[in-house]
Amino acid sequence: MLAATGIGLGHYLTVGAILFTLGVFGIFLNRKNIIVILMSVELILLAVNINFVAFSSQLGDLAGQVFALLILTVAAAEAAIGLAILVIFYRNRGSIAVEDVNSLKG
Amino acid sequence: MTLPLFFFYVFSVITVASALMVIAARNPVHSVLFLILAFVNSAGLFMLAGAEFLALILIVVYVGAVAVLFLFVTMMLDVDFASLRQGMLQYAPVGVVVGVILLLELLLVAGSIVLPVDGGAVAAVPMDAAIDNTRAIGQLLYTRYVFLFQGAAGVLLVAMIGAIVLTLRHKSNVKRQDVFRQTGRKRSEGTELVKVKSGQGL
Repeated sequence: MLAATGIGLGHYLTVGAILFTLGVFGIFLNRKNIIVILMSVELILLAVNINFVAFSSQLGDLAGQVFALLILTVAAAEAAIGLAILVIFYRNRGSIAVEDVNSLKG
Repeated sequence: MTLPLFFFYVFSVITVASALMVIAARNPVHSVLFLILAFVNSAGLFMLAGAEFLALILIVVYVGAVAVLFLFVTMMLDVDFASLRQGMLQYAPVGVVVGVILLLELLLVAGSIVLPVDGGAVAAVPMDAAIDNTRAIGQLLYTRYVFLFQGAAGVLLVAMIGAIVLTLRHKSNVKRQDVFRQTGRKRSEGTELVKVKSGQGL
């Protein structure tokens, strides 16, 4: 399906690789801000989904799209739980900086 | 350059640029808005690959629910975001090293992958060109992958209950309805039989 349009599998894989790298780099860059870290995780999952859809389209196999759908579900659940934890953490500590999360340190 | 290829480049350039702005923007609200832009443009990429259902689900679920949830939380928390930007470049060198190595490896894999022309990999679920994408995914999801579908429903249920349990806060000065006490009330608690003498009021 992809070959007829002139878009190769490598095109999609390149975009996925760049998005994945940007997500990982965002985690390093925003070490203090948990919200941006969560958004970087969403970017990483989006890159994974792009790869799944590209391979699904290239191989003519629908299972990849079903798997991408399940990844979407898990990502949504992860965002909901993560933001809920963030909200109660802010309510208790008045801060969302990562370096303030050291209550368990001995 | 064919028209789909042109649109592929438009969508992918905007996706990558907005992903860059997500991690580089000073204001987290701008980050969320750029995240929405990245999601919408990758929905365009999905559409080009022939995954129409996933493209629309990405817009509905991600832009409509997840990104707006991010937006709510970002605006609700009264955080001095400028202080969170302090020392941002402290970890940038190691991030650049890790990122460049990761990107090179991923690009090497992406550039060197060779798929068998035919007969190599047998598709688990071959696509049928006669059926449109949404119908095909529905037929697959409700029959062959029905347990995975219900597992996903379970994940969402647990996430919903978890989010409610985590953020629910009981205020002590608010009167609350106690359904069990209401419905479990005995007749003797609510009514009283009074013997009234004839000729007198109560």
